[in-house]
Amino acid sequence: MDITFDHVSYTYQPNTPFEHRALDDLSFTIQSGSFVAVIGHTGSGKSTLIQHLNGLLQPTEGQVQVGPYTMKAGEKNKQLMKLRENVGVVFQYPEHQLFEETVEKDIGFGPQNFGVGQDEIKRRTKEAVQAVKLPEELLERSPFDLSGGQMRRVAISGVLAMDPEVLVLDEPTAGLDPNGRKEIMDMFYHLHQEKGLTTVLVTHSMEDALAYADHIIIMNQGKVYREGTPLEIFKQQQALEDVQLDVPEVVSFLKMARDYGLDLEYEGQTIAELAKEIALKVKGGGDHE
Amino acid sequence: MGERQVEFRNVSFRYQEDMPWVLRDVSFTIGPDEWVAVIGHNGSGKSTIAKLMNGLLFPQEGEILVDGMPVNEKTIWDVRKQVGMVFQNPDNQFVGTTVKDDVAFGMENHGMPRELMLERIKESLSAVGMSDYEQQEPHRLSGGQKQRVAIASVLAVSPKFIILDEATAMLDPKGRKEIMNTVHRVQEERDLSLITITHDLHEVTQSSRVIVMNKGEVWMQGSPRDVFSKKEHLQEIGLDTPFVSKLADHLKAEGVPLTREPLNHQELLEELWTSRSIM
Repeated sequence: MDITFDHVSYTYQPNTPFEHRALDDLSFTIQSGSFVAVIGHTGSGKSTLIQHLNGLLQPTEGQVQVGPYTMKAGEKNKQLMKLRENVGVVFQYPEHQLFEETVEKDIGFGPQNFGVGQDEIKRRTKEAVQAVKLPEELLERSPFDLSGGQMRRVAISGVLAMDPEVLVLDEPTAGLDPNGRKEIMDMFYHLHQEKGLTTVLVTHSMEDALAYADHIIIMNQGKVYREGTPLEIFKQQQALEDVQLDVPEVVSFLKMARDYGLDLEYEGQTIAELAKEIALKVKGGGDHE
Repeated sequence: MGERQVEFRNVSFRYQEDMPWVLRDVSFTIGPDEWVAVIGHNGSGKSTIAKLMNGLLFPQEGEILVDGMPVNEKTIWDVRKQVGMVFQNPDNQFVGTTVKDDVAFGMENHGMPRELMLERIKESLSAVGMSDYEQQEPHRLSGGQKQRVAIASVLAVSPKFIILDEATAMLDPKGRKEIMNTVHRVQEERDLSLITITHDLHEVTQSSRVIVMNKGEVWMQGSPRDVFSKKEHLQEIGLDTPFVSKLADHLKAEGVPLTREPLNHQELLEELWTSRSIM
């Protein structure tokens, strides 16, 4: 599903002393099937943005289009249920929202609300737990007896069981160890490709943005500050630093390397490829005295 | 008597009798002014170590000594004066309605006189760079600021050991930097041992010693350089190694002579520079 923000503004607590404009005349387009990373420091408007994607918030000004669904300032959206069935949101620390007696009931809760039949729910539940690599034996257990990592997987399964076309991920790996982080991100990437999803990832991790996204939107003060492919974005180290963001480690390493006479451009090389290029330069010697 | 150290002597722990051991025969010592990083995958027993250290849990076997004093129900209040702890979630550790009240809370529990408390509040908030926020409500602060206040609350009791249990895990990169800068400064200014339980490899490279936990056992101890030079083994137990460390390995495989395990970009580049001049 294509996603378009057309001059969208959102103001919290308008006409009060606490009035705060979180989105400010925001426009961008996300193409159907792309994997987009939304980056920005705390308070840049990322969370407000994603809450517009499934109609939790409605624009104060402008218009949001998600596939066939339109949310326009001042107009009631009659297709909110349909929209929410199609846009699955994994919020931060989603395991805090588990509540059912068993894992199976918790995963089935979403689809059940949208009137999906019991057999279909069973099928989707099975598929979802397989996708997140949860053993099926856990379905009968209480979600609260599981480890933190497993609880997170249950919560994610609940979103997957809705069979959404758009997947919105708000820092889905926060608090996990490096292995758990990689497993979950690889899982989302696999699903993205297999099901042809449109994926929107909100993250602080430049490494994840580089590894998984094909397009990056940098937010600052409720506006798009920069957007482009990861390579285009991460070449602009100074521009990122100006809004308190880092670049992936490989980029900052190559920048420092220039001070040591090692002039290499980052073009998406793996660490092994990079080592080859550096080795060539170092062994080639000669070009410095 | 006070040899200033925390000692784990053959400590084993499990949550219930019919449950598997979380820690098995764990022994180590943390000395004065050390910064020890404890690493290990989720479930390796890292956080249990922290909870045992200040008497939130007690071991079934073995013994834990803080300043030579065995940790048990009778000594926990004395132990907690020595061992302060900062947890992962900045939102779960506030009790006061203002930053100042919050810092005072820990000291009240230890029955400190008011004059001393006022002095300590000022001192410890200034040590974490939060003096201007004394009258603020804690919930209005950013995650990094909240964790700095949590550190101030711990400092105010003037412990000899501070445990940071994944204290930066829930913060954004800016908050993480704030905390690490604060921790650096506090450790330089005060006589303190630091124990950081972390997944963040940058934090690990800055420590003076690393304890690697695996399946409830101490799997390895050593300097960050020693530990990261064993990177194949670390990967076997599910741990990651820093970018420079990986790059250095690939460079060696390409025949670039490197003599020591680099801990940061600069170290690696300096060595490359040197080897380039030789070749």
